[in-house]
Amino acid sequence: MFATAIIVFREVLEAAIIIGILAAATRNIPGSKRWLAAGLLAGLIGSGVVAGFTDVIGEFASGMGQELFNAIVLSLAVMMLAWHNIWMSSHGAALAANAKSLGRNISDGTSECSALLVIVGLAVLREGSETVLFLYGIAASDNGNQSSMLLGGMTGLLAGVVVGYTVFAGLLRIPMRWFFSITGLLVLLLAAGMASQTAHYLIQADLLPSLATPLWDTSALLPESGLPGMLLHSLVGYDSRPAGMQLVFYLTALIAIVTGMRWAGAQRQSAKATKQPG
Amino acid sequence: MKRLLLNTLLLPVAAFSTGLLLVSLLFPSVALAADAEFTLVIKDHKFQPTEITVPSGKKIRLRIENQDATPEEFESNVLNREKVIAGNGKATLYIGPLEPGRYKFFGEFNKDTAYGEIVVQ
Repeated sequence: MFATAIIVFREVLEAAIIIGILAAATRNIPGSKRWLAAGLLAGLIGSGVVAGFTDVIGEFASGMGQELFNAIVLSLAVMMLAWHNIWMSSHGAALAANAKSLGRNISDGTSECSALLVIVGLAVLREGSETVLFLYGIAASDNGNQSSMLLGGMTGLLAGVVVGYTVFAGLLRIPMRWFFSITGLLVLLLAAGMASQTAHYLIQADLLPSLATPLWDTSALLPESGLPGMLLHSLVGYDSRPAGMQLVFYLTALIAIVTGMRWAGAQRQSAKATKQPG
Repeated sequence: MKRLLLNTLLLPVAAFSTGLLLVSLLFPSVALAADAEFTLVIKDHKFQPTEITVPSGKKIRLRIENQDATPEEFESNVLNREKVIAGNGKATLYIGPLEPGRYKFFGEFNKDTAYGEIVVQ
Protein backbone atom coordinates (compact mmCIF):
# COMPACT_ATOMS: atom_id res chain seq x y z
CA MET A 1 0.00 0.00 0.00
CA PHE A 2 2.87 2.33 0.86
CA ALA A 3 4.60 1.68 -2.48
CA THR A 4 1.34 2.42 -4.30
CA ALA A 5 0.92 5.68 -2.40
CA ILE A 6 4.41 6.79 -3.42
CA ILE A 7 3.91 6.00 -7.10
CA VAL A 8 0.62 7.89 -7.28
CA PHE A 9 2.04 10.76 -5.22
CA ARG A 10 4.95 11.10 -7.66
CA GLU A 11 2.61 11.28 -10.64
CA VAL A 12 0.18 13.71 -9.02
CA LEU A 13 2.85 15.97 -7.52
CA GLU A 14 3.97 17.67 -10.72
CA ALA A 15 0.47 18.54 -11.91
CA ALA A 16 -0.50 19.66 -8.38
CA ILE A 17 2.50 22.01 -8.14
CA ILE A 18 1.79 23.51 -11.57
CA ILE A 19 -1.85 24.11 -10.65
CA GLY A 20 -0.85 25.57 -7.25
CA ILE A 21 1.57 28.05 -8.81
CA LEU A 22 -0.81 29.08 -11.60
CA ALA A 23 -3.77 29.43 -9.28
CA ALA A 24 -1.73 31.82 -7.16
CA ALA A 25 -0.16 33.69 -10.09
CA THR A 26 -3.53 34.43 -11.67
CA ARG A 27 -5.52 35.11 -8.52
CA ASN A 28 -6.45 38.62 -9.66
CA ILE A 29 -7.61 37.69 -13.12
CA PRO A 30 -11.41 37.57 -13.01
CA GLY A 31 -12.74 34.04 -13.58
CA SER A 32 -9.32 32.39 -13.54
CA LYS A 33 -10.43 29.77 -11.00
CA ARG A 34 -13.22 28.62 -13.26
CA TRP A 35 -10.79 28.22 -16.16
CA LEU A 36 -8.37 26.29 -13.97
CA ALA A 37 -11.17 23.96 -12.88
CA ALA A 38 -12.22 23.46 -16.51
CA GLY A 39 -8.60 22.65 -17.40
CA LEU A 40 -8.45 20.12 -14.57
CA LEU A 41 -11.66 18.46 -15.72
CA ALA A 42 -10.54 18.36 -19.37
CA GLY A 43 -7.20 16.92 -18.27
CA LEU A 44 -8.87 14.18 -16.21
CA ILE A 45 -11.13 13.16 -19.08
CA GLY A 46 -8.13 13.27 -21.44
CA SER A 47 -6.12 11.06 -19.06
CA GLY A 48 -8.69 8.31 -19.34
CA VAL A 49 -8.74 8.58 -23.12
CA VAL A 50 -4.92 8.59 -23.42
CA ALA A 51 -4.62 5.67 -21.00
CA GLY A 52 -7.14 3.72 -23.08
CA PHE A 53 -5.16 4.35 -26.25
CA THR A 54 -1.69 3.68 -24.77
CA ASP A 55 -1.00 0.78 -27.11
CA VAL A 56 -2.12 2.77 -30.18
CA ILE A 57 0.03 5.78 -29.20
CA GLY A 58 2.95 3.50 -28.36
CA GLU A 59 2.96 1.75 -31.73
CA PHE A 60 2.97 5.05 -33.59
CA ALA A 61 6.25 6.30 -35.16
CA SER A 62 7.93 2.86 -35.01
CA GLY A 63 7.43 2.42 -31.27
CA MET A 64 8.37 5.98 -30.34
CA GLY A 65 4.83 7.34 -30.13
CA GLN A 66 4.87 7.71 -26.36
CA GLU A 67 8.04 9.80 -26.38
CA LEU A 68 6.74 11.95 -29.24
CA PHE A 69 3.40 12.40 -27.51
CA ASN A 70 5.11 13.49 -24.30
CA ALA A 71 7.49 15.77 -26.18
CA ILE A 72 4.62 17.45 -28.04
CA VAL A 73 2.53 17.87 -24.88
CA LEU A 74 5.52 19.28 -22.99
CA SER A 75 6.59 21.70 -25.71
CA LEU A 76 3.02 22.97 -26.00
CA ALA A 77 3.00 23.53 -22.23
CA VAL A 78 6.34 25.36 -22.45
CA MET A 79 4.92 27.70 -25.10
CA MET A 80 1.79 28.36 -23.06
CA LEU A 81 3.81 29.06 -19.91
CA ALA A 82 6.05 31.39 -21.93
CA TRP A 83 2.99 33.17 -23.27
CA HIS A 84 1.58 33.43 -19.75
CA ASN A 85 4.75 34.98 -18.36
CA ILE A 86 5.16 37.44 -21.24
CA TRP A 87 1.51 38.42 -20.85
CA MET A 88 2.04 38.94 -17.13
CA SER A 89 5.01 41.25 -17.72
CA SER A 90 2.81 43.59 -19.71
CA HIS A 91 -0.22 43.31 -17.42
CA GLY A 92 1.38 42.71 -14.03
CA ALA A 93 1.07 46.33 -12.95
CA ALA A 94 -2.62 46.41 -13.87
CA LEU A 95 -3.18 43.19 -11.94
CA ALA A 96 -1.38 44.49 -8.86
CA ALA A 97 -3.63 47.57 -8.95
CA ASN A 98 -6.57 45.25 -9.47
CA ALA A 99 -5.84 43.66 -6.10
CA LYS A 100 -7.18 46.83 -4.52
CA SER A 101 -10.18 47.33 -6.79
CA LEU A 102 -11.46 43.81 -7.26
CA GLY A 103 -13.60 42.97 -10.23
CA ARG A 104 -12.09 45.49 -12.63
CA ASN A 105 -11.77 43.95 -16.01
CA ILE A 106 -8.41 43.33 -17.55
CA SER A 107 -8.25 43.57 -21.32
CA ASP A 108 -7.16 40.34 -22.95
CA GLY A 109 -8.16 38.41 -19.85
CA THR A 110 -10.01 35.75 -21.83
CA SER A 111 -7.06 34.74 -24.01
CA GLU A 112 -4.89 34.56 -20.92
CA CYS A 113 -7.44 32.33 -19.22
CA SER A 114 -7.67 29.98 -22.19
CA ALA A 115 -3.89 29.59 -21.96
CA LEU A 116 -4.42 28.59 -18.30
CA LEU A 117 -6.94 25.96 -19.32
CA VAL A 118 -4.50 24.48 -21.83
CA ILE A 119 -1.54 24.42 -19.41
CA VAL A 120 -3.51 22.75 -16.61
CA GLY A 121 -5.21 20.36 -19.03
CA LEU A 122 -1.87 19.24 -20.50
CA ALA A 123 -0.20 18.85 -17.09
CA VAL A 124 -3.05 16.70 -15.78
CA LEU A 125 -3.28 14.75 -19.03
CA ARG A 126 0.39 13.74 -19.01
CA GLU A 127 0.69 12.75 -15.38
CA GLY A 128 -2.89 11.53 -15.06
CA SER A 129 -2.79 8.99 -17.87
CA GLU A 130 0.06 7.12 -16.15
CA THR A 131 -1.84 7.11 -12.87
CA VAL A 132 -4.94 5.77 -14.60
CA LEU A 133 -2.88 2.98 -16.20
CA PHE A 134 -1.27 2.10 -12.91
CA LEU A 135 -4.55 1.99 -11.01
CA TYR A 136 -6.13 0.02 -13.84
CA GLY A 137 -3.29 -2.48 -13.52
CA ILE A 138 -4.07 -2.91 -9.83
CA ALA A 139 -7.78 -3.26 -10.41
CA ALA A 140 -7.24 -5.85 -13.16
CA SER A 141 -4.70 -7.94 -11.23
CA ASP A 142 -5.85 -10.80 -9.04
CA ASN A 143 -3.35 -10.72 -6.19
CA GLY A 144 -6.02 -10.25 -3.55
CA ASN A 145 -4.94 -6.97 -1.97
CA GLN A 146 -6.49 -4.55 -4.44
CA SER A 147 -8.43 -2.66 -1.81
CA SER A 148 -5.33 -1.89 0.23
CA MET A 149 -3.50 -0.82 -2.91
CA LEU A 150 -6.37 1.37 -4.06
CA LEU A 151 -6.39 2.92 -0.60
CA GLY A 152 -2.68 3.60 -1.09
CA GLY A 153 -3.46 5.22 -4.43
CA MET A 154 -6.01 7.50 -2.79
CA THR A 155 -3.49 8.39 -0.06
CA GLY A 156 -0.90 9.32 -2.69
CA LEU A 157 -3.45 11.40 -4.58
CA LEU A 158 -4.49 13.22 -1.43
CA ALA A 159 -0.86 13.88 -0.43
CA GLY A 160 -0.17 15.35 -3.89
CA VAL A 161 -3.19 17.64 -3.63
CA VAL A 162 -2.06 18.76 -0.16
CA VAL A 163 1.37 19.76 -1.53
CA GLY A 164 -0.25 21.64 -4.42
CA TYR A 165 -2.54 23.48 -2.03
CA THR A 166 0.38 24.27 0.30
CA VAL A 167 2.27 25.83 -2.62
CA PHE A 168 -0.83 27.89 -3.47
CA ALA A 169 -1.50 29.02 0.11
CA GLY A 170 2.20 29.74 0.72
CA LEU A 171 2.45 31.93 -2.37
CA LEU A 172 -0.61 33.94 -1.33
CA ARG A 173 1.22 34.97 1.85
CA ILE A 174 3.88 36.75 -0.16
CA PRO A 175 3.48 40.55 -0.02
CA MET A 176 2.07 42.10 -3.20
CA ARG A 177 5.35 43.97 -3.80
CA TRP A 178 7.23 40.73 -4.41
CA PHE A 179 4.34 38.58 -5.52
CA PHE A 180 4.50 38.87 -9.31
CA SER A 181 8.30 38.68 -9.44
CA ILE A 182 8.24 35.44 -7.45
CA THR A 183 5.37 33.75 -9.28
CA GLY A 184 6.94 34.91 -12.57
CA LEU A 185 10.24 33.31 -11.62
CA LEU A 186 8.48 30.06 -10.60
CA VAL A 187 6.60 29.87 -13.90
CA LEU A 188 9.85 30.61 -15.77
CA LEU A 189 11.65 27.72 -14.05
CA LEU A 190 8.65 25.41 -14.57
CA ALA A 191 8.81 26.14 -18.30
CA ALA A 192 12.59 25.63 -18.48
CA GLY A 193 12.26 22.33 -16.60
CA MET A 194 9.63 21.15 -19.07
CA ALA A 195 11.85 22.13 -21.99
CA SER A 196 14.58 19.95 -20.48
CA GLN A 197 12.10 17.07 -20.15
CA THR A 198 11.12 17.53 -23.80
CA ALA A 199 14.77 17.01 -24.76
CA HIS A 200 14.88 13.97 -22.47
CA TYR A 201 12.02 12.26 -24.35
CA LEU A 202 13.45 13.13 -27.77
CA ILE A 203 16.80 11.61 -26.74
CA GLN A 204 15.06 8.46 -25.45
CA ALA A 205 13.39 8.19 -28.88
CA ASP A 206 16.76 8.76 -30.59
CA LEU A 207 15.47 11.89 -32.33
CA LEU A 208 18.09 14.10 -30.69
CA PRO A 209 21.72 13.45 -29.78
CA SER A 210 22.33 13.36 -26.03
CA LEU A 211 25.61 15.38 -26.27
CA ALA A 212 26.81 13.96 -22.95
CA THR A 213 25.30 11.16 -20.83
CA PRO A 214 25.18 12.07 -18.09
CA LEU A 215 26.48 15.62 -17.87
CA TRP A 216 26.75 15.21 -14.11
CA ASP A 217 25.64 12.66 -11.54
CA THR A 218 24.23 13.98 -8.27
CA SER A 219 22.04 10.93 -7.65
CA ALA A 220 24.01 10.00 -4.53
CA LEU A 221 23.69 13.51 -3.13
CA LEU A 222 20.14 14.37 -4.12
CA PRO A 223 18.29 11.40 -5.64
CA GLU A 224 15.11 12.05 -7.59
CA SER A 225 13.45 9.18 -5.75
CA GLY A 226 13.65 11.15 -2.49
CA LEU A 227 11.18 13.85 -1.56
CA PRO A 228 13.56 16.88 -1.92
CA GLY A 229 14.73 15.66 -5.33
CA MET A 230 11.13 14.96 -6.35
CA LEU A 231 10.01 18.45 -5.34
CA LEU A 232 12.98 20.10 -7.06
CA HIS A 233 12.28 18.05 -10.19
CA SER A 234 8.70 19.33 -10.32
CA LEU A 235 9.56 22.91 -9.37
CA VAL A 236 12.72 23.72 -11.32
CA GLY A 237 13.25 20.66 -13.53
CA TYR A 238 16.05 19.16 -11.43
CA ASP A 239 17.58 16.04 -12.98
CA SER A 240 20.22 14.03 -11.12
CA ARG A 241 21.67 12.59 -14.35
CA PRO A 242 20.87 14.98 -17.18
CA ALA A 243 22.05 14.70 -20.76
CA GLY A 244 23.95 17.68 -22.18
CA MET A 245 21.11 18.37 -24.61
CA GLN A 246 18.69 18.79 -21.70
CA LEU A 247 20.77 21.66 -20.36
CA VAL A 248 20.84 23.24 -23.84
CA PHE A 249 17.02 23.11 -23.95
CA TYR A 250 16.74 24.38 -20.38
CA LEU A 251 18.92 27.42 -20.98
CA THR A 252 17.41 28.17 -24.40
CA ALA A 253 13.89 28.26 -22.93
CA LEU A 254 15.09 30.37 -20.01
CA ILE A 255 16.79 32.96 -22.22
CA ALA A 256 13.95 33.07 -24.78
CA ILE A 257 11.27 33.65 -22.14
CA VAL A 258 13.29 36.25 -20.22
CA THR A 259 13.93 38.11 -23.49
CA GLY A 260 10.21 38.02 -24.27
CA MET A 261 9.34 39.30 -20.79
CA ARG A 262 11.88 42.14 -20.99
CA TRP A 263 10.57 43.10 -24.39
CA ALA A 264 6.94 43.10 -23.23
CA GLY A 265 7.91 45.11 -20.16
CA ALA A 266 9.69 47.68 -22.34
CA GLN A 267 6.62 47.93 -24.59
CA ARG A 268 4.46 48.72 -21.56
CA GLN A 269 6.89 51.35 -20.36
CA SER A 270 6.98 53.11 -23.72
CA ALA A 271 3.19 52.90 -24.04
CA LYS A 272 2.89 54.55 -20.64
CA ALA A 273 5.40 57.25 -21.65
CA THR A 274 3.42 58.21 -24.76
CA LYS A 275 0.15 58.27 -22.81
CA GLN A 276 1.41 60.60 -20.11
CA PRO A 277 3.87 63.08 -21.62
CA GLY A 278 6.03 65.04 -19.17
CA MET B 1 -1.46 45.67 -31.32
CA LYS B 2 0.59 44.33 -28.46
CA ARG B 3 -1.14 41.00 -28.69
CA LEU B 4 -0.51 40.84 -32.39
CA LEU B 5 3.19 41.40 -31.77
CA LEU B 6 3.25 38.72 -29.10
CA ASN B 7 1.52 36.29 -31.39
CA THR B 8 3.95 36.94 -34.21
CA LEU B 9 6.74 36.27 -31.73
CA LEU B 10 5.30 32.94 -30.63
CA LEU B 11 4.24 31.74 -34.06
CA PRO B 12 7.74 31.06 -35.45
CA VAL B 13 8.63 29.19 -32.27
CA ALA B 14 5.55 27.00 -32.62
CA ALA B 15 6.17 26.47 -36.32
CA PHE B 16 9.79 25.57 -35.71
CA SER B 17 9.12 22.97 -33.05
CA THR B 18 6.29 21.42 -35.06
CA GLY B 19 8.62 21.26 -38.05
CA LEU B 20 11.33 19.66 -35.97
CA LEU B 21 8.96 16.95 -34.80
CA LEU B 22 7.66 16.33 -38.31
CA VAL B 23 11.16 15.97 -39.72
CA SER B 24 12.12 13.57 -36.97
CA LEU B 25 8.93 11.60 -37.63
CA LEU B 26 9.79 11.25 -41.31
CA PHE B 27 13.38 10.15 -40.84
CA PRO B 28 13.42 8.00 -37.72
CA SER B 29 14.89 4.97 -39.44
CA VAL B 30 18.11 6.54 -40.70
CA ALA B 31 20.13 5.68 -37.62
CA LEU B 32 18.37 2.43 -36.75
CA ALA B 33 20.38 0.01 -38.87
CA ALA B 34 23.68 0.64 -37.09
CA ASP B 35 22.41 0.27 -33.53
CA ALA B 36 22.69 -2.89 -31.48
CA GLU B 37 19.25 -4.26 -30.55
CA PHE B 38 18.25 -6.20 -27.44
CA THR B 39 14.91 -7.56 -26.31
CA LEU B 40 13.33 -7.95 -22.88
CA VAL B 41 10.10 -9.81 -22.24
CA ILE B 42 7.72 -9.13 -19.36
CA LYS B 43 5.75 -12.16 -18.21
CA ASP B 44 3.94 -12.70 -14.89
CA HIS B 45 5.29 -9.29 -13.76
CA LYS B 46 8.90 -10.43 -14.27
CA PHE B 47 11.56 -9.47 -16.78
CA GLN B 48 13.04 -12.20 -18.95
CA PRO B 49 16.00 -12.40 -19.06
CA THR B 50 16.79 -10.62 -15.81
CA GLU B 51 20.25 -9.78 -17.05
CA ILE B 52 21.41 -8.72 -20.50
CA THR B 53 24.96 -7.98 -21.59
CA VAL B 54 25.47 -5.14 -24.05
CA PRO B 55 28.58 -3.54 -25.60
CA SER B 56 29.94 -0.32 -24.11
CA GLY B 57 30.30 2.95 -26.03
CA LYS B 58 27.39 2.12 -28.33
CA LYS B 59 23.85 3.32 -28.56
CA ILE B 60 21.50 0.44 -27.68
CA ARG B 61 18.03 -0.09 -29.04
CA LEU B 62 16.02 -1.85 -26.35
CA ARG B 63 12.81 -3.61 -27.30
CA ILE B 64 10.43 -4.57 -24.51
CA GLU B 65 7.55 -6.96 -25.04
CA ASN B 66 4.85 -7.06 -22.40
CA GLN B 67 3.10 -10.44 -22.45
CA ASP B 68 1.00 -9.62 -19.38
CA ALA B 69 -2.51 -8.23 -19.74
CA THR B 70 -1.70 -5.32 -17.41
CA PRO B 71 0.49 -2.31 -18.25
CA GLU B 72 4.01 -1.97 -16.89
CA GLU B 73 6.47 0.89 -16.67
CA PHE B 74 10.08 0.13 -17.49
CA GLU B 75 12.16 2.37 -15.28
CA SER B 76 15.81 2.84 -14.47
CA ASN B 77 17.19 5.58 -12.26
CA VAL B 78 20.77 4.90 -13.32
CA LEU B 79 19.87 5.03 -17.00
CA ASN B 80 17.46 7.94 -16.51
CA ARG B 81 14.75 6.17 -18.47
CA GLU B 82 11.07 5.44 -17.98
CA LYS B 83 8.50 4.16 -20.41
CA VAL B 84 5.02 2.72 -20.07
CA ILE B 85 4.29 -0.48 -21.98
CA ALA B 86 0.62 -1.29 -22.51
CA GLY B 87 -0.75 -4.70 -21.57
CA ASN B 88 0.15 -7.15 -24.38
CA GLY B 89 2.07 -4.29 -25.99
CA LYS B 90 5.55 -3.61 -27.29
CA ALA B 91 7.85 -0.65 -26.79
CA THR B 92 11.22 0.50 -28.02
CA LEU B 93 13.62 2.90 -26.38
CA TYR B 94 17.21 3.98 -26.72
CA ILE B 95 19.91 3.90 -24.07
CA GLY B 96 23.58 4.78 -24.10
CA PRO B 97 26.29 5.04 -25.24
CA LEU B 98 27.27 3.68 -21.80
CA GLU B 99 30.42 3.18 -19.77
CA PRO B 100 31.16 -0.42 -18.67
CA GLY B 101 29.29 -1.31 -15.49
CA ARG B 102 26.03 -2.70 -14.14
CA TYR B 103 22.82 -0.75 -14.59
CA LYS B 104 19.72 -1.72 -12.65
CA PHE B 105 16.20 -1.41 -14.00
CA PHE B 106 12.78 -2.33 -12.64
CA GLY B 107 9.07 -2.37 -13.42
CA GLU B 108 7.60 0.55 -11.55
CA PHE B 109 4.11 -0.96 -11.43
CA ASN B 110 5.34 -4.28 -9.98
CA LYS B 111 8.53 -3.40 -8.14
CA ASP B 112 8.50 -6.53 -5.95
CA THR B 113 8.87 -8.99 -8.81
CA ALA B 114 9.95 -7.05 -11.90
CA TYR B 115 13.63 -6.09 -11.90
CA GLY B 116 16.86 -6.80 -13.68
CA GLU B 117 20.24 -5.50 -14.72
CA ILE B 118 21.94 -4.40 -17.89
CA VAL B 119 25.61 -5.35 -17.88
CA VAL B 120 27.75 -3.13 -20.08
CA GLN B 121 31.08 -4.59 -21.17
